[in-house]
Amino acid sequence: MADTTGDAIPGTVTVHDAHDGDGVRRRDFINIAAVGAAGVGGVAVLLPLISQMAPSADVLAESSTEIDVSSVQPGMAIKALFRKQPLFVRRLTPAEIKAANAVDVSSLRDPETLADRTKEGHEDMLITMGVCTHLGCVPLGAGEGENKGPFGGYFCPCHGSAYDTAARIRKGPAPKNLEVPEYEFTSDTVVKVG
Amino acid sequence: MSFPWAKHYEPVNPLMRYLDEKLPLPRLVYNAIGGGYPVPRNLNYMWNFGVLAGFCLVLQIVTGVVLAMHYAANAGVAFSSVEHIMRDVNWGWALRYAHANGASAFFAVIYLHIFRGFFYSSYKAPREMVWLIGVTIFLLMMATGFMGYVLPWGQMSFWGAKVITGLFGAIPVVGEPIQIWLLGGYAPDNAALNRFFSLHFLLPFVIAGAVILHIWALHIPGSSNPTGIEVKKESDTIPFHPYYTAKDGFGLGVFLILYCVMLFLLPNYLGHPDNYIEANPLSTPAHIVPEWYFWPFYAILRAFTSDFFFIPAKLMGVLAMFSAILLWFFLPWLDKGPVRSGHYRPLFRKFFWFGLIPAMAVLFYCGGAPAEEPFVMLSQLATAYYFLHFLVILPIVSMIERPDPLPYSITEAVLGEDKAAVLGENATPGV
Repeated sequence: MADTTGDAIPGTVTVHDAHDGDGVRRRDFINIAAVGAAGVGGVAVLLPLISQMAPSADVLAESSTEIDVSSVQPGMAIKALFRKQPLFVRRLTPAEIKAANAVDVSSLRDPETLADRTKEGHEDMLITMGVCTHLGCVPLGAGEGENKGPFGGYFCPCHGSAYDTAARIRKGPAPKNLEVPEYEFTSDTVVKVG
Repeated sequence: MSFPWAKHYEPVNPLMRYLDEKLPLPRLVYNAIGGGYPVPRNLNYMWNFGVLAGFCLVLQIVTGVVLAMHYAANAGVAFSSVEHIMRDVNWGWALRYAHANGASAFFAVIYLHIFRGFFYSSYKAPREMVWLIGVTIFLLMMATGFMGYVLPWGQMSFWGAKVITGLFGAIPVVGEPIQIWLLGGYAPDNAALNRFFSLHFLLPFVIAGAVILHIWALHIPGSSNPTGIEVKKESDTIPFHPYYTAKDGFGLGVFLILYCVMLFLLPNYLGHPDNYIEANPLSTPAHIVPEWYFWPFYAILRAFTSDFFFIPAKLMGVLAMFSAILLWFFLPWLDKGPVRSGHYRPLFRKFFWFGLIPAMAVLFYCGGAPAEEPFVMLSQLATAYYFLHFLVILPIVSMIERPDPLPYSITEAVLGEDKAAVLGENATPGV
């Protein structure tokens, strides 16, 4: 760069000294080093600018929820909040368990058995997200007197997805069963979700 | 808008040629900060601060927009939302410190930029418009900086807002209604905080627009230089790129090292501990001072302690403080000397280094000191000199002083000789 413009201007020193055998000048080295350092620095600055939009510490601190399920009677469900989203906790009646197990798993859109979706020894506790896997509405069926849909589980009023008693998708546009979050029983009656 | 020997933008790549036809943005950049802008070859490091100020503006806008994603402008939660940024948001501490120290850095480079203008008389024709827009940018920056400082809603924020809006209360008759109107209440509260946040977000973009006008106005006569003599011919200039992009790049590197020292090692050095206490309308902090970049003007405000003829002291202080900056608008016409650079103005130079600069230093120091003796008296002396310098000394000096001989051209100033000076129309017989 310096050579081409330098010659036109009297008195501007054109750098021909400091040559080594390969034709790499000291100025080339400094140029590449400086631009390289600026590039690395510029990319490093992106890290805080991007990660500041990720969930902050207070949001992450709310990422697990403890729920006392002792008051949930068979045939009843409660809605809890997990990561600012509805969580359905439902104690199935023997009839509902039977209905869920009677279904041929291979005929399902998202094949899972009821046992896959509950914890051992607590097959009657169905804990799922209350978020329709179609576009995220809250399905009906957990509240008292709400429409449980044609399969007796949950029914999403937005676009008509119907879930069965194991909260598996049976009809409508949703692609997946209602998600079962990661959870564990910390005692017989307390569930820690997340 | 440029010298006849300025290089022309000639895109080689077909895509760039297509773009040049439809939207010649690369051409604009090339002519503004590329090879197409010829710049005096003798600029020293004082000419780095314009670019650094531009960098600071971008830095403040980027970090500010990010902080606004996490901040809540509500008097009930503003203080804790700032603590949320410091403790919970990923890298929030770094972004907030970068913004707070970025404001200090911005004012630091702007002050050096302005003092460059004072010493080299950059405000003189044909660059008066550049100067006027520059002073306007400075005023906008002060408003933006002040309103930003209110947002954390700490003790200093609250009392700063109260005191500064109180300045308007000094205006006779309409003062108090104006103050109440500005605050949307009788004291700073939610209404004030919300409007300050809104304006604090808006003004930087107004500044960005003014900066574009500032650069536009500058590029019509072209940059000034340390000799103060105008460019005569091609050998007086070099293209902005690569010469001044490299020089500015080096300056930016030095600036960033100093900035990072403040940001990572002394992040609260320029702040006030009281601002980590939530705003309390019932208790004023014992020692209330603004941020360091307002100190000289704050000292002028406090210098007026007794009524001045029929003008009450309170109003006089406010008038003096605003006049101290508004004065700069008249500088191109107060300084009548034909020679620009302080290097060739022996008398001007004496008053600059031994008058204006010490007075500003005293004002700066006293502005940060408590309102007691001897600081009040020192502020009064320095304030008196400050106005005397611009209103009396500078006009007289510029009329009576005999400048040192100027070099024939920038080329001669750099090389010690200019063949054109001997052979050209200015040739002295017998040389």
